[in-house]
Amino acid sequence: MFSLLTRQTAAAVRLLVVFTILLGIVYPLAVWGISRIPGLAGPAEGSIITSADGTSIGSGVGSSLIGVDPVAADSAADPFFHTRPSASAEDVLGPGDTSTSGGSNKSGFNTDLLDAVNQRRALIAAREDVDPALVPPDAVTASASGLDPHISPEYAQIQVARVARVTGLPVAEVQSLVAGVTDRRVLGFLGEPTVNVTELNLAVAAAAQR
Amino acid sequence: MPSTLAGLLQAGSLVLLLALCYRPLGDYMARVYSSEKHWRVEKVLYRIVRVDPAAEQRWTTYAAGVLGFSFVSIVLLYLLQRLQPFLPLGFGRGVDGDTVPPAMAFNTAVSFVTNTNWQSSVPETVLGHTVQMAGLTVQNIVSAAVGIAVAIALVRGFARSATDRLGNFWVDLTRGVVRVLLPFAFIAAILLIAMGVTQSLRSGVDIIAVDGSQHTLALSPTASQEAVKELGTNGGGVLNANSAHPFENPSALSNLFEIFLLLVIPVCLTRTFGTMIRNTRQGAVLVAVMGVIWAAFLAIAWISEANPNGPAAQAAGAAMEGKEVRFGIPGSILFGVSTTGTSTGAVNSWHDSYTGGAGGITLLNMLLGEVAPGGVGAGLYGILVLAIIAVFLAGLMVGRTPEYLGKKLGRVQVTAAAISILVMPTLVLIGAGLAIALPDTLGALGNDGFHGFSEVLYAYASAANNNGSAFGGLTVTSDFFQTTLGIAMLFGRFVPILAVLALAGSLAQQRKVEAGAGTLPTDGAQFGVLVGGTIILVAALTFFPALALGPIAEALS
Repeated sequence: MFSLLTRQTAAAVRLLVVFTILLGIVYPLAVWGISRIPGLAGPAEGSIITSADGTSIGSGVGSSLIGVDPVAADSAADPFFHTRPSASAEDVLGPGDTSTSGGSNKSGFNTDLLDAVNQRRALIAAREDVDPALVPPDAVTASASGLDPHISPEYAQIQVARVARVTGLPVAEVQSLVAGVTDRRVLGFLGEPTVNVTELNLAVAAAAQR
Repeated sequence: MPSTLAGLLQAGSLVLLLALCYRPLGDYMARVYSSEKHWRVEKVLYRIVRVDPAAEQRWTTYAAGVLGFSFVSIVLLYLLQRLQPFLPLGFGRGVDGDTVPPAMAFNTAVSFVTNTNWQSSVPETVLGHTVQMAGLTVQNIVSAAVGIAVAIALVRGFARSATDRLGNFWVDLTRGVVRVLLPFAFIAAILLIAMGVTQSLRSGVDIIAVDGSQHTLALSPTASQEAVKELGTNGGGVLNANSAHPFENPSALSNLFEIFLLLVIPVCLTRTFGTMIRNTRQGAVLVAVMGVIWAAFLAIAWISEANPNGPAAQAAGAAMEGKEVRFGIPGSILFGVSTTGTSTGAVNSWHDSYTGGAGGITLLNMLLGEVAPGGVGAGLYGILVLAIIAVFLAGLMVGRTPEYLGKKLGRVQVTAAAISILVMPTLVLIGAGLAIALPDTLGALGNDGFHGFSEVLYAYASAANNNGSAFGGLTVTSDFFQTTLGIAMLFGRFVPILAVLALAGSLAQQRKVEAGAGTLPTDGAQFGVLVGGTIILVAALTFFPALALGPIAEALS
């Protein structure tokens, strides 16, 4: 029995070394090599949005897949659309920690979570000057990744008036910018409708500069 | 389109995709494991590692191969993590400096070799690219191939007659890698990149956001591991948020594709089984049982999640805590039920934040022994063992020696089957019981009350079933949890494998008996009901008290 185990284990060592080279080096590097072709290189390197002046990858202004809540210099004149809460943020609202990712793991019966939801609803309703009942669920709950780039169209809608007022853009123009980054369900039935906050804030900033 | 209708179409399209693959992929895998011919690249491999591919093995030799290979894998993966500071593409990642501590390295090594893929670290800050690729990606592929090999050995036990040989473990392992997992993973990885998944050798990318704040977003060779993380029902995230992270699962389309990947091999292996024993209806019965459980669980979890009873979720207006907008509730629940019904354990939403009903379903899905449809290989041998128990129970009712697929089920076979299904409940109940008895555990809980108990029960269910998902609120960094969960993963993987291989050996030795007038037909709806009933009954009798203290109590609150 013992010699059987040692003989099989010796074969195992040799096979594992070969597999480590084939599956651990050749395979991922081959996939990486193919990802260098145009069209795949963008997503492979993080779907980075380069600034309007077209500078190279590495000096991006955001990733279209990553949502980080922007902080206004003056909270009374906040020109930004806001993302969903992140569990890694220091306060109930505000930017999460982009060096990691994750959720709160709090259950529906968790009293801390109940407090956070109520606080967020009150803060957002005050910020947008709307009825608290109009604040949608995704606005008051932390996302799974802490980096969700999307909000629901409902959450975008209640932010339009404020962003238009602070940036000086016409409401209709802000509405059309929102429409430009709103995606319906993929193929009409996969997932949920989304508004990409990262792309939206860049579009608003570009329009406001003109 | 209303959300519910869209969600139903989403689930329906998933079932359709799987149905389209069922025959071609199932029959392809049957040919892979039956063919006499070796591919040229395989012959080169056999020569390098000096094994004789023509040598057929007894079950003991086959089992020694499984154990030897897994042992060596744990050692290598442990060493790779500990040696990270000396490896390229490490980027100084680690815990308190650039090292991976021994307990964490051990837990991760055991976890990835046993196909559990429980994450005890934050990968984007702890693990460099070399450990991810040469360590974790390799185990994602080979641990899945080991699972399929064991299932194929059991199928051969039924298919063969009067022999003590089950095949050659090295050949089965190599073919699983070279002909099934690697080529499909390669294609899937490219498709995932096209959908937005990253595949980078850089450590991260710096951005200056619209508000002037600076961030470094972690990059990794994600797609190559993501593909096989799902295809091999592994589930360990390349990034901490797993398939909730936009770099791992960027869109609703990639979400559906990943759910498809994690289900496709376990589902199609039932066809492989039917084809290899030359009676595809036997496989169809098993996949029907899997499908009914999966669909029923999906319905219960979805209804519960759409109608949350927790005050926090009600205050928010919907159970969106721990979910991503692009997936919504239907896309999150579809993933959650599929990942716990297989042994994947990847998550696109946090199960700890699910309602009592939906969280309870993900827990129960694992406690059934993961057979709806189960892990790659592990699901097939799991449900075959339960089918044996079902035939045995039916035989007891009519008082005759039962037989299944032409093999008599005597003392040896039923004992092996019973050992195989009893290991997991033993580990779960003793582990969770011990943990709850310890005063320190209260401090480790992320939520209190019924839900806190569910967190502990979930941890041991996940480890003993080699799932790897978690009610993540529980802090498992203490030595007690690291050790006992590690033991649960090891025993939960290898004791059933040994029992299954012993069972396979004893079945292969028998001559086939012709079906008689008293033989229970096992290729129809009646047998499907019997197997489904056995699965539910075994789990209910074992776990009802524990479930009543946790998720059931919460769901009724």
